[in-house]
Amino acid sequence: MERKKVTIDGNEAAAYVAHKTNEVIAIYPITPSSNMGEWADAWSAAGEKNIWGTIPTVVEMQSEAGAAGAVHGALQAGSLTTTFTASQGLLLMIPNMFKIAGELTPTVFHISARTVATHALSIFGDHSDVMAVRSTGWAMLASNSVQEVMDNALIAQAATLEARVPFVHFFDGFRTSHEVMKIEQLSLEDIRAMIDEELVIAHRKRALSPDRPVIRGTAQNPDVFFQARETINPFYAKVPDIVQKVMDKFAKIVGRQYHLFDYFGAPDAERVIIMMGSGAETAEETVDYLTSKGEKVGLIKVRLYRPFSLSHFLKVIPTTVKSIAVLDRTKEPGANGEPLYKDVVTAISEAYSTGILNLKVYPKIVGGRYGLASKEFTPAMVKGVFDELKKDRPKNSFTVGIIDDVMNTSIEYDPEFSIERDDVIRSLFYGLGADGTVSANKNSIKIIGEETDFYAQGYFVYDSKKSGAVTVSHLRFGPRPIKSTYLIDKANFVACHQWVFLERYDMLKNALPGATFLLNSPFGPEEVWDKLPKKVQKDIIDKKLRFFVIDGYKVAEQAGMGERVNTIMQTCFFAISNVLPKDEAIQKIKDAIKKTYGSKGEQIVKMNYQAVDQTLANLHEIQVPDKVTSNIELEPVMSDPRAPEYVRNVLAKIYGGLGDTLPVSAFEPDGTFITDTAQWEKRNIALEIPVWDPEVCIQCNKCILVCPHAAIRVKVYDEKFTEKAPPTFKWTKVKGKEFEPNMVYTIQIAPEDCTGCGLCVEVCPAKNKTETRLKALNMADQIPLRLPERANYDFFLELPEYDRTKVQINTVKGCQLLEPLFEYSGACSGCGETPYVKLLTQLFGDRTYIANATGCSSIYGGNLPTTPYAKNKDGRGPTWSNSLFEDNAEFGYGFRLTIDKQKEFAIELMQKLAGEIGTELIDAIIKADQSTEAGIAEQRNRVALLRKRLENIKTSEAKQLDAIADFLVKKSVWIVGGDGWAYDIGYGGLDHVIASNRDVNLLVLDTEVYSNTGGQMSKATPRAAVAKFAAGGKPVAKKDLGMMAMSYGNVYVAQVAFGANDLQTVRAFLEAEAYTGPSLIIAYSHCIAHGINMTKALENQKAAVESGHWPLYRYNPELIKEGKNPLKLDSKAPTISFKDYAYLETRYKMLTKSKPEEAKRLIELANRDAKMKYNLYEQLAAIRYNGGNGEKK
Amino acid sequence: MDLSTNYMGLKLKNPIVPSASPLMYEVSSIKALEDAGASAVVLHSLFEEQITHEALELNYLTTQGSESYAEAVTYFPEPEVYHLGPDEYLNHIRMVKDAVEIPVIASLNGVTAGGWLEYAKRIEEAGADGLELNIYFIPTNPHQTGVEVEQLYVDILKIVKKEIKIPIAVKLSPFFSSIANMAHTLDQNGANALVLFNRFYQPDIDLETLDVVPNIFLSTPQAMRLPLRWIAILYGKIKADIAATSGIHNAEDVLKMLMVGSSVTMMCSALLKNGASHISKVLEDMQKWMEEHEYESVRQMIGSMSHKSVREPAAFERANYMKVLNSYR
Repeated sequence: MERKKVTIDGNEAAAYVAHKTNEVIAIYPITPSSNMGEWADAWSAAGEKNIWGTIPTVVEMQSEAGAAGAVHGALQAGSLTTTFTASQGLLLMIPNMFKIAGELTPTVFHISARTVATHALSIFGDHSDVMAVRSTGWAMLASNSVQEVMDNALIAQAATLEARVPFVHFFDGFRTSHEVMKIEQLSLEDIRAMIDEELVIAHRKRALSPDRPVIRGTAQNPDVFFQARETINPFYAKVPDIVQKVMDKFAKIVGRQYHLFDYFGAPDAERVIIMMGSGAETAEETVDYLTSKGEKVGLIKVRLYRPFSLSHFLKVIPTTVKSIAVLDRTKEPGANGEPLYKDVVTAISEAYSTGILNLKVYPKIVGGRYGLASKEFTPAMVKGVFDELKKDRPKNSFTVGIIDDVMNTSIEYDPEFSIERDDVIRSLFYGLGADGTVSANKNSIKIIGEETDFYAQGYFVYDSKKSGAVTVSHLRFGPRPIKSTYLIDKANFVACHQWVFLERYDMLKNALPGATFLLNSPFGPEEVWDKLPKKVQKDIIDKKLRFFVIDGYKVAEQAGMGERVNTIMQTCFFAISNVLPKDEAIQKIKDAIKKTYGSKGEQIVKMNYQAVDQTLANLHEIQVPDKVTSNIELEPVMSDPRAPEYVRNVLAKIYGGLGDTLPVSAFEPDGTFITDTAQWEKRNIALEIPVWDPEVCIQCNKCILVCPHAAIRVKVYDEKFTEKAPPTFKWTKVKGKEFEPNMVYTIQIAPEDCTGCGLCVEVCPAKNKTETRLKALNMADQIPLRLPERANYDFFLELPEYDRTKVQINTVKGCQLLEPLFEYSGACSGCGETPYVKLLTQLFGDRTYIANATGCSSIYGGNLPTTPYAKNKDGRGPTWSNSLFEDNAEFGYGFRLTIDKQKEFAIELMQKLAGEIGTELIDAIIKADQSTEAGIAEQRNRVALLRKRLENIKTSEAKQLDAIADFLVKKSVWIVGGDGWAYDIGYGGLDHVIASNRDVNLLVLDTEVYSNTGGQMSKATPRAAVAKFAAGGKPVAKKDLGMMAMSYGNVYVAQVAFGANDLQTVRAFLEAEAYTGPSLIIAYSHCIAHGINMTKALENQKAAVESGHWPLYRYNPELIKEGKNPLKLDSKAPTISFKDYAYLETRYKMLTKSKPEEAKRLIELANRDAKMKYNLYEQLAAIRYNGGNGEKK
Repeated sequence: MDLSTNYMGLKLKNPIVPSASPLMYEVSSIKALEDAGASAVVLHSLFEEQITHEALELNYLTTQGSESYAEAVTYFPEPEVYHLGPDEYLNHIRMVKDAVEIPVIASLNGVTAGGWLEYAKRIEEAGADGLELNIYFIPTNPHQTGVEVEQLYVDILKIVKKEIKIPIAVKLSPFFSSIANMAHTLDQNGANALVLFNRFYQPDIDLETLDVVPNIFLSTPQAMRLPLRWIAILYGKIKADIAATSGIHNAEDVLKMLMVGSSVTMMCSALLKNGASHISKVLEDMQKWMEEHEYESVRQMIGSMSHKSVREPAAFERANYMKVLNSYR
């Protein structure tokens, strides 16, 4: 039977089978598995049915623990149920997994295996998560490629129903989950044929039912638990045979034969690698190559890892084997080998001791680690392992793919070794996130995959920054199935979609001799050569590259496509590469455009058609001169001589794409990094930056507050410092009686750190009196300003900071004179969260502990290479850490426990040493008023004095006190995270922490959606908004977290929106910090996931408040003591309808386009929600309190 | 009493036609207008910008930031279909046509002779009985001549005329050097009716914020003087029917407009202010007046006070201005 060929990624392949073979799907988003749930949800929303003709129910839970609980319940009640997850998500499911297996319940969990966070979080792939569930009693089936994902998803489903043992079906996160491949899609008949109806009915009959009641989940005592636990053994014993039987059946129906262990290579191999996962594909490809050269090598792919079948394993080992390397994509520190290695050693040893080992010699077996967190695993490394196995004493517990210069675990390999064949087209495309390169390449793969006999593979490398993000697409096309599960480093086609990359990336280092180089150039064919950097010219000449240019910007502009050059560059690729005949290719591109954009309106389709049609006339092949003429050098990265050595030697390498070359010794063993490093990046991503006009400026400092990247700064300083100012540096007399007469005022832009979002210009209230289009800040081209402003900014940073103790901190103007200790993060341009984070570092940064929940704020806050948290001149600044997504409140609470305990201990020690230290100082320290900056400064001086006195006391107590004396200065704990954390996964912890009476501050950056994982609904999502898992608009109203917190009575609660009322925001932060119990600030954070014009985002904030959706308030329990109502409503009654606000944003508006009737219904309800909410708050704020006893008057 | 009239080839039971306003957004409110006696309706406009920009904007806003960052490859679910502005509009025409008996005149509002005009065909296919082209053009370029501006109107009309068979009305502004000539040219190029006049919204300035603020006033009865004069002048000089719009609030206004030469009178502000039932009131008052003054039909009075039919045509001309000035002495 001819099956449909599809080009899809691993996640879609797994979700396809899961959706067809299940009835209930309960999920929670986590990278890289989120897409599986999203596919399932999208299919169910579109009415797609499973093989039994019913639409599976897809629900999003509050956490993976919740998802697992729901799955457990649904299974127990008799539905075929599944979930998708990875990493920490899988770990949260462990308790239920023990239960599900213990109750012999058939199900398959599809896992895109991802690194479990240890010294650091990583979103990338390895087996540390699945290896952590080995003891749960689940069968574990590994898929190595996208095709196998689809096949094994079905095999696992069929097998679990028969075996009753639940299955973890796993494949490598990103490498397989996100790799787009041409595969054969299983038909509904295939799936039906594989699933035994009787077994489904048997599952239903075992389910709980009051019509035939049984009880499960009992508690058992020492007398019987053990025996009862052993009852399952026969089921496990049968699993391997069942799986093999299902695999054989699958082979009969579909034609692809799998075994529990598959052997590839020489029948008389002497050296064998054993492994599982995507790396096994690369190993197979390499074994093919090496055996063709006569090497006696082989590979065993492990498919069914648990239960581990000795008998099946022994069948596949060549009897000639002398040495075996078992490769694990995980690390178990302290173990005498990683899990698969130990299983193999045990198997061989057991076979030997029971006399069934049929090998000529007892082999040498070594274990090695590779590919942690998607570290590349290449044929060169495979060959390196085989070479190691040739040695008399191959290394055990080795690593491959890194340089371990500490314990020398790493083995050598030749990185130049390559086995890629010439008939495979290997293409690299460098694009900007915003230019659509990746989506065009995904279309190209589909075109080639589905319209030609070629096999196709696409893998996409994204940036760790959210603004100005660079994408690199790796595409292979060839006549055979592609097993190269590694990045392309020898390309025969390289395309650069953005001119600026030429100076930043050495992209031609990956071009093969004779390859083609396609460049999107604003310079025409006549002048382009002279504009190229020297290195680029040299590579083109030396490698004899064919060189093509197109002015894609011009073509895009003419077609009305703005900066999206994607279809233009795609057309060029097809025109040059000849993968398809030119005319056919163009037709296919147009068909793909129609398919992709058809639902979004004809205008877009036409525009793209126009771009395609105009491309060829603008594409030119350049006659390459034979001499290098350029003097333009590639820009060195992070090379500022003032930067710390660590930045220049280590972080610069990571930033420059050379992180793979860093050895083990380059890193602290506990995951510690220095802060204050984002300042060295100088990303230069803004096309335009603001220019300050001191004549027009009214010195309100609003621009400083709203800047998401701390790229616009203010200082007030003595005019004498301007003597040495660079020629274009600007200043003016400072306004305000609080300043000395000799003080001047400067607003300065950080030209190379600004992202050009324009929020500062938007917020500027000052208008030029003669030309009102001009404000005190106006955008201008960055390039001509770069050098002069760089000098100005350097000079500005050297100017003294304004004295913190003199700042009028409770005004916007005043507090913005405080130095930000959070700067130049990789957040989205115009981010609505970072201004809050920055504000907290200005106000309290020099004494702040930040506990950060996983999410956007932990990514822009702590993703390598650099981090935005900074230090002041005294070396003080926020100290930051991320524990998990779900435990952030507790984590920060732990900080507070330590601070309080250590302060208490320090006081105890002082008192013990009272004689030596002096009671006066001790009293002053204990009784210090630290409620002001001045008070804190004085306390720091006292502690310094204390330390000085301690120097002369030679007791253990003195030493102890010296180590903890800093706790005597007031510390501030900030627990920061998004709404996914606060409303959903971390709510339990948040609730517990605010119910304590400890002095912690919780800052909820509420974007009303899971932003970091791509826009899934949270309980903060408002009614009528569209989000993933709420494609039809969220049907229920937003949870009122503030109200819930207020119900405790002891919690300071504020709801703020800096774009609507910046002063109220500042005051809320100050009050929250001053309040000595728990404080909760819920901060409206506009977000790219709202589908808004980010430059105009402050208008959205205003409208949210004016509509009553986001009432501003502060609830201060201190006021109750004064007999006042603790709730102060800071925003007026709604002046616009919720609808007027909502339809400024695509998240609401798109529902009117997709489901107009439902949109009408929901917006009416949401209108009511907003009105009712405001009403309720208004009434609460109007209650009169009596003399602090809480009674209503 | 015969209140019927002919307008752009459509036979209407009376001359009251509600024009484009928010009342046209809902089928139910259009039905109410019909029930109150409206003889036809002009739907709210489908704007050129809706056709050309809405899709682009939606696409931009739902895809910004996508395919840039590994954890969030997209930010929005992808609906199967989008009912974009043009589709919604076409669907609206179909629903209105299903719900009411009276003729439904659709409206296209734009300024360029571009691809958006293809939607005229779709509007026809959706069942509209006529199409009003609302050419809302503010010529700000000092190098653009009056001839060029006029040509733009003609080009748009010609393109649409080629596309569709249903009658076309052109809604004009009064800002031409020679309105009469412009009307004549449009008439020559196939306009079945002219709608006089388009009321351009006049922006205001906020002194505090130094912003230009759009400020919409409902029309006042004084506003009808401008169309009144020009309808009087044009009546009988062009083949196209004339619709009067602006400032028509009561039966007297309607009667005046008919007498100067309008085939129909369009109402908007009065209905927004008083609701649909205002139409029955106007019709009632009209009939009463006609009975009292012994008129038999509306047709009888159309054009009876036009430039060519009055005893003193100069009253519509410059001489009248002199007279008015003199009256202040």
